[in-house]
Amino acid sequence: MFLDSDLLMSALRALTPILLAALGGALCERAGVFNIGLEGMMLLGCFTSVATSWFTGSPWLGVLAAALAAAAYSLILAVGAVTLKGDAVVLGIAMNLLAVGLTSFLLRTVFGVQGTFDDPSLQGLPLIGGFSPLAHLSWAAVAVAALLLSRHVWGLRLRGVGEAPDAAATLGVRPATYQYGVILLSGVLCGLAGAQLALGNVTLFTENMTAGRGWIAVVAVMLGRAAPLGVLLAALLFGLAEAAGFRLQGLGLPQQATDAAPYVVTLGALFLTTARRRRTPRPSGARS
Amino acid sequence: MTPPPPESELAVELRGITKRFPGTLANDAVDLSVRRGEIHALMGENGAGKSTLMSVLYGMERPDAGTIRVEGRDVTFASPSAAMAAGLGMVHQSFKLFDSLTVAENVVYAAEPRRFGLVDRAAARRRVRELAEEHGLAVDPDARVGELPVGLRQRVEILKLLHRGARTLILDEPTAVLTPAEADALFAVLKSLTAQGRTVVLVTHKLREVLEGSDRVTVLRDGRVVARLVTADTTADEIAAAMTGRAVELDRVHASGTPGEAILSVEALGTDAVHGVDLGVRAGEIVGIAGVAGNGQSELIGALAGLRPVTAGRVTLRGEDITHASAAERRAKGLAYVPEDRHAVGTAPAATVAENLAMGHHRTSLSSRGLLPPAAVRAHARALVERFGVKAATTEVPASALSGGNLQKLLIGRELAHDAPLLLVEQPTRGVDIGAIQNIHDQLIAYRDAGHAVLLVSAELSEIRGLADRVLVMYEGRVAASYTREEADERTLGLAMAGAAAPAPEAAEATD
Repeated sequence: MFLDSDLLMSALRALTPILLAALGGALCERAGVFNIGLEGMMLLGCFTSVATSWFTGSPWLGVLAAALAAAAYSLILAVGAVTLKGDAVVLGIAMNLLAVGLTSFLLRTVFGVQGTFDDPSLQGLPLIGGFSPLAHLSWAAVAVAALLLSRHVWGLRLRGVGEAPDAAATLGVRPATYQYGVILLSGVLCGLAGAQLALGNVTLFTENMTAGRGWIAVVAVMLGRAAPLGVLLAALLFGLAEAAGFRLQGLGLPQQATDAAPYVVTLGALFLTTARRRRTPRPSGARS
Repeated sequence: MTPPPPESELAVELRGITKRFPGTLANDAVDLSVRRGEIHALMGENGAGKSTLMSVLYGMERPDAGTIRVEGRDVTFASPSAAMAAGLGMVHQSFKLFDSLTVAENVVYAAEPRRFGLVDRAAARRRVRELAEEHGLAVDPDARVGELPVGLRQRVEILKLLHRGARTLILDEPTAVLTPAEADALFAVLKSLTAQGRTVVLVTHKLREVLEGSDRVTVLRDGRVVARLVTADTTADEIAAAMTGRAVELDRVHASGTPGEAILSVEALGTDAVHGVDLGVRAGEIVGIAGVAGNGQSELIGALAGLRPVTAGRVTLRGEDITHASAAERRAKGLAYVPEDRHAVGTAPAATVAENLAMGHHRTSLSSRGLLPPAAVRAHARALVERFGVKAATTEVPASALSGGNLQKLLIGRELAHDAPLLLVEQPTRGVDIGAIQNIHDQLIAYRDAGHAVLLVSAELSEIRGLADRVLVMYEGRVAASYTREEADERTLGLAMAGAAAPAPEAAEATD
C-alpha cells in the first residue's frame, strides 16, 4: 500500500519545520498582523543553528541561538509594522529577500564556502523516540497554543486585539504589546523551525535551504484558518505531500517533478480556500 | 435658579473646558454639571462641540484648559481605561465590540473572571445573566455578537460598562440605529439605572427623546454652552432655538401634493433581499418608505437605481421597461438618485466641489462634443452652489472639506438639477443639522410641486410624516403596510416597522 506507516512517519518528520513556523504565523494572524516573513526568519534560523553548533559543538546551543537570532530578526516586522505602521507585506518580503542574501554572505565570510556547508564534525540533534526533540516540542506547542487562544485570558485579549484593536484599546488593552509579543514569538518558532531543518532533517547548511517552506507555512495559516489544530492539519497535508514526493522519487519519477509535490499541493490548497471564500461571503461585520 | 447642589451630588463636573484644534475652537470654556441619578442630555448641532467635550471627559483628548471632577474628586484621565477606573463608561455611536466573540467574552474582556489563569467562562456567563436580569437587558451570553441585531449589540455595550462598575454612563447618539420600540426599551433601561443611583449623560440631537427621557438639558452651540434647561420646564421649540440660534419650525407637515400620471411602477420586484414588492409613484407625489434599517429598503432603492441585480418582477419608468437597464440608461430615461451614503457613493471626496457637481451632468448639459469645457463646469457649479445654499470657500475646494450638511445640499442640488421625472432619495437629512434639514425639505417639496415623482426612504418617522403623501413600511424585504398620510401616525408606523402590522390589502394595489 502506498499510504503506510512509513510514509506517515516521514510525513511527520517533514512537517515539523512547517508546523513550527505556521504556528507563529497563526498567532500573528490572530493578533491582526499578516506575517509573511516566516521564510526569512526560518532561513536565518538554519544558518545560525549550524554556525553555533559547529563553533560550540553543541546542537542545543545551536537551537537556542537560532531562536534568539530569528526573534531579533522579527523585530524588523514588529518595529516596522506595529510601531511605524508600515505595510507588513512589504516588510515581510524584504525580510525574506534580505535573509537569502545575508545567509549566503555569512556562509562565505564565516565558513569560506559557497553553496553548501557540510562537515562530519557538525553535530545534529539527537532523536527521541524516533523524532527530533523539536518535533515533540512542536506538538506540545500546538496544544499549548490551542489552550491559550481559546481559554486563557491572554488568548481572549489577543483575539480581541486582532479583531478590533480600537475596542481593545478603549478597554485598557494595548494592541501593540500583544502584537510585539506574537511577532517575537513567531521569530522564536521560526528559528526553531530553521534549526529543525538544518540540524534535524539534515545536518548541513545550504543557501536558500528553506526552499519555500516558510511560504508553505503562510499557506498553512490560511488553510488552517489561523487555528492551531487547523494549522496542524494543513501542515500534515504538506508533510504528506513532501514525503510522497520522496516516495515517488524512489519509484523512478524524475526528482524535479517529485520535488514540486508540496508546491502543487499548496497551489491546490490556495485555490480551494479562495474558491470556498468566494462562495460563502461573510455576513457583514461577522467573522466566521 | 436653584442653588448649586453640594459637591458630592455631582457625578461629573466640568469647569472651563477649552479645547482647540488647528483652525477651530471646539470647546470654549464649557461648564457642565451632571447630578448623580439624573439623565442629562447634551445637545447641539454637528460641530457644536458635544463629541469633543465627551472625548475630553473620557480621556480620549486632553483639554487645553479647564478642570474635570468626577464624584467630587479632581481627575485627569490619560486614557479611556483611566476614565473607566473612575466609574465612567461610554457607549460610542459606532459600537466598539468584537464581532467574532460571544456576548459573555465581550462583556468580560479585559476584566475577566479567572480560574487558574484561564478565563472562567461559566462565571462570565453567570455574570452576564445576573447583570441582564438586574437591569432588564436580556441577551444570550453565548450568542456571537456579530450575529446580533443592533439593539442587542447596544445592550452588550451597556452590560460591558456595568460589569466594570460604571456609575456614570455616557451614551453617544444611542437611538440613531434603533426602532421606536427599541428606543423606548432603552429609555426604560436608562430610567431603571438612574433609579439605582447611576447617572446617564445622553449625547443626542433628537428632541423628542430628550423631552421624554431626560431630566435636564445642556445645549452647546459653536463650542459654548448656550442654554441650561430643566426638561420639565422647556419645550422642543426652546431647545431647537438654542441649538440653532434662531426660531425653528419643527416637524412641519407640508401641504399634500396633487398626484398626476404614474411615473414609476414596480410589480412583484425581487432581489436578494427584497421579495414581491409592488409600488407606484405618480407625478407630483412623494411616496415615503419607512422601516428599520436592514429590512430591504437599501436593496430596493439599489435595484431601482440599477446598482443591484433584479431577480424577479418588472420595473417601468414612464411606461418604459427598465427592469434590467443599466444605471446610465435609467438616468437617460429620467431618473435621479440621492444615495444614502453621501461620502462613499454620492460624492467623490477628493474631487472638487465643481467636479462633484458636474458628475452625471457630464453626459448631458455639460458635454460639448465629448469634452467638458472648464468654463461651463465652473458656471454650472457656481449656479448650483448659489441656488442650493452650499457653503464652500470656493468651488475648487475638495468635497471632503464640506460639512455633512453642506455635502448633502451639494448632492441633492446636483440630482435635483437633472429635473428628472423621478427622484430616488435615501436618508436625505441623516446627520444634517436642523437648519439644513428645513432647507432640504423645502427643496424636495418644491421639486414635487413642480410635477416630479419622489420616492423617499428615511429612518426618521417625522421626516416621512412631514413630507410623504403616502407611506409604505418595509419589513423583512416586503412592503408590510401602506398608509395614507392621515393614517400614518407614529404609533401605527412604529408597529408596522416592528413587523406587527395587519396585512395591508392596499399595498398590492398601490401601483394604480
